[in-house]
Amino acid sequence: MSPTGVVVAVVQVILTVAVAPLLVGMMRLIRARLEGRVGAPLRQPWRDLRKLLGKERMVSANTSIVFSLAPLVLLASATLVAGMVPFLSTTSALDQVGDLFAVVYLLLLGTVFLSLAGLDAGTAFGGMGASREMTIAAIAEPTVLVAIFALSVSTGSSNLGTIVADTLAHPARAASPASMLAFSALAVVTIAETGRIPVDNPSTHLELTMIHEAMILEYSGPDLALAELAAHVRLVVFLGLLANLFFPWGIATTAQPLHLVAAAGAVAVKLVVLAAVIAVVEVFIAKVRLFRVPELLAASFVLAFLAVTVSFFLA
Amino acid sequence: MVGVALAVAAVATLAAMVSGVVLSARRRVVWVGLLTALCAAAGGVAAVGMLAGGATVTASFPDLFPLGGVGIEFDALSAIFVLATAVVALPAAIYGIGYSAHGPSSRPVQAAWPLLVWSVMMVPAAGNVTGLIAFWELMALSSLVLVLAEHHHNPEARTAAQWYAAMTHLSLLSIVLALAVLSSNAGGDSFAAIRADSGHIGPTAATVVFLLSLVGFGAKAGVVPLHVWLPRAHPEAPSHVSALMSGAMVALGVYGLVRVGWDLLGGGPTWWGAVVLAIGLVSAMFGILHALLSSDLKRLLAYSTTENMGLVFIGVGAAGLFAASGNRPLAAVALAASMLLVVNHAAFKALLFLGAGSILTATGTRDLDRLGGLGRRMPVTAATFAIGSLAIAALPPLNGFVSEWLLLQSLVHSLPSDAAVVAVAMPVAVAVVALTGGLAAATFVKAFGTAFLAMPRTVEADQAHESPRTMRIGLIALAAACVALALAPTALAAPLQRVSLAVRGLDDGRPIHTNGVYLQLSGIEAGLSPLLLATGLGVMMVAALAVVRRGRIRRTVRDIPAWGCGRTVQTARMEYTATSFAEPLQRVFDDVLHPDIDIDVDHHTESRHYIQAIRYRMHIRDGFEHRLYLPLLAVVRRWGDGARRIQNGSIHRYLAYSLITLIVVLVVSR
Repeated sequence: MSPTGVVVAVVQVILTVAVAPLLVGMMRLIRARLEGRVGAPLRQPWRDLRKLLGKERMVSANTSIVFSLAPLVLLASATLVAGMVPFLSTTSALDQVGDLFAVVYLLLLGTVFLSLAGLDAGTAFGGMGASREMTIAAIAEPTVLVAIFALSVSTGSSNLGTIVADTLAHPARAASPASMLAFSALAVVTIAETGRIPVDNPSTHLELTMIHEAMILEYSGPDLALAELAAHVRLVVFLGLLANLFFPWGIATTAQPLHLVAAAGAVAVKLVVLAAVIAVVEVFIAKVRLFRVPELLAASFVLAFLAVTVSFFLA
Repeated sequence: MVGVALAVAAVATLAAMVSGVVLSARRRVVWVGLLTALCAAAGGVAAVGMLAGGATVTASFPDLFPLGGVGIEFDALSAIFVLATAVVALPAAIYGIGYSAHGPSSRPVQAAWPLLVWSVMMVPAAGNVTGLIAFWELMALSSLVLVLAEHHHNPEARTAAQWYAAMTHLSLLSIVLALAVLSSNAGGDSFAAIRADSGHIGPTAATVVFLLSLVGFGAKAGVVPLHVWLPRAHPEAPSHVSALMSGAMVALGVYGLVRVGWDLLGGGPTWWGAVVLAIGLVSAMFGILHALLSSDLKRLLAYSTTENMGLVFIGVGAAGLFAASGNRPLAAVALAASMLLVVNHAAFKALLFLGAGSILTATGTRDLDRLGGLGRRMPVTAATFAIGSLAIAALPPLNGFVSEWLLLQSLVHSLPSDAAVVAVAMPVAVAVVALTGGLAAATFVKAFGTAFLAMPRTVEADQAHESPRTMRIGLIALAAACVALALAPTALAAPLQRVSLAVRGLDDGRPIHTNGVYLQLSGIEAGLSPLLLATGLGVMMVAALAVVRRGRIRRTVRDIPAWGCGRTVQTARMEYTATSFAEPLQRVFDDVLHPDIDIDVDHHTESRHYIQAIRYRMHIRDGFEHRLYLPLLAVVRRWGDGARRIQNGSIHRYLAYSLITLIVVLVVSR
């Protein structure tokens, strides 16, 4: 664990946390403009978080310590992953701490805690959100791991840094059928895991259709700020993973400050493009029924499975 | 030292059994608990001594038992299973003191408990065929007594015991046959003789031995389709016994399979591994789906045991496949993953069963739909159960994740050049491991969430109180074991290497090595450091907390009502139950599970538009039991009915039978 690696990891965490609310603000703004509204300014999510952090904590009756712990674990797991994923450089100190599998299971840890918090208040809405969230998380899991399998076949490693460096060294691999299939599979899962349309509607006001929002319904003040920030960071982490695993160009292979700045610019461009695409698509499609979601995820699983088979037989 | 420890264990067991029979009911429970704990501790010392680099201990007691006598051969493969047993039995024995004080304290139960602990430890230590069979049957019989412990007020225990007795003897029968073929081929009864001869055994005989031992040991491991006894028998036994049965006893099925298939026979063709892998895949999926939909907590845990044994079988099967296709380093990693999973599973499953026992003592029910709100009433049980749940759901940074990670690494790194069956099997295996991981997370969110969080759903749950001290000690010890196994897997690298060296058909250098706090694999560029992951999570949580605490207003307002969309009163009946939590996933897997759902609607007498009550009943039938066992039982019954026609109780007819037999004998022997 080199000192520069630690610096890279810390910088990644800080930048991700700082940028995440802005990216969400941008997605909301694009959506508003396409719908003919003026929309809130870009930094509105940050303003919301600051306002919430200044409020008093309200903890509902019946809840236990899990309720207070959940936002912390959710944010901690998301930020830890932000330090592990190669956003700026492949030399992050946390790269050896855990590989892609560890990243997936860390994100699942956050989901599990949030679901427990949803059950903790004892309301029907919280339970409903928790039950749906775990359903989606459980059936998304095979897609994610099989897609990782497909990625690791060609590189021989499931280490994030290795996969990224390998794609840099062999640019043709980014256009291989296995890579394309794995990308589309992971894209569907990203939509599902970050609670975007057509799986979940982040701006819904109707409790019965909520998934993520139903679980955080009981949160207020600073706890809500943590849960919201964690959701933003998770979105950036998922999009960043998707961007850098398949299109790593621009990432630094050293820890030189100048390279890191260039890499930050590159990853920012990639995030903006991906987020803009999602925001635009969301305007034109509707949320699907909950029991159609498994079909969507099953389709993504088929894509991931094909990716592995292709990488095995074309290798 | 190893030999002395094994002797101490035997003496402690004898003393525990004697005190279980002789002492008065109150003292009996305490002394049996303490002496059984001593036996487990001695076994643990022997196992640790062996894994730390002790030489294989052999001993022979030719006069102890007819046929070949009892031989002891205690090597690293034995030691890892004895270690798993000790990890379970030591806390379970302490826990049993408090648990038995108000429940199963009769003489037979208290005498059978130490015997079960000892025989579970001695099965892997046996060094010849007769010894293995003797300890195996001792284990089966003592556990049968314990399954029946509460049959006075629990009629379910009787049917459970019948199923258990039948399946366990099917298991014994096929093991005896398999080992008889082996020893008659080798012309000797000791494992050393069989190993020496394994080069001469013909392929047909080897196949017969492998298939018979797969049936025999698979039935003990509770894998599909031989699992039917497991979800019946484990819930009915007293909870500390369930912990030992689920945590350690079922793992002996894996021990037997590895010992016979890959050590004594030295491995076989590719399809051996493929069959074991396939059984593992089906068991893992089947087990977790039924666990997900069970609302009986102990039944849920029992089904999850089938799932975990399925995962272990996946590892063993993959190891067999890799070894047969010449990829020995990867085979060693797969075997190490299974062995680590055996130890981890022992720790977290025992913890969860003991937690379920505490809930049962406090509330009198195992039905999750009748629990709730126990977190604030039983804080120690809740905290330890939470650790167990996170561990079994394979979430970092706990121990379940380390073994899941190793298993995934071994599956993912099969090379395209390996056999075609590998190329097809591995993606399926990864998908199944992933899906079981996700469903296990959902299952244990359900179990923990409905039992410990929110509002109590019944008066019993409302009046629950924390368990006595001995039970809390047992829970805390196992939770500590889970955490220790999670943070120090680097300490297990060398022992796991010794285990893989002990298995002849799979041995290869160093499957796992350590680089400071990092865990690394031979030939695979991937690392993991559970310790640093845990530290990272801790640092991030402290940082997040610091941000929140810097807020301008630090007041916390407690006990505000929950958001209810306008309704004024919130009752426990409005909460999601365990059944409703699992409903979406039940719908997703409807075509696999075929649940029987009954909905009765009672209308008011005046108008059909007003509903008085709705009753919802769901029952999930075990497909294998329904399609395989019940028809089989029906055939046996028809046979029995046929036999009754010959045996009708008439003395005249019996005399005629004797006469006919006599004539036949005279004619034949003339």
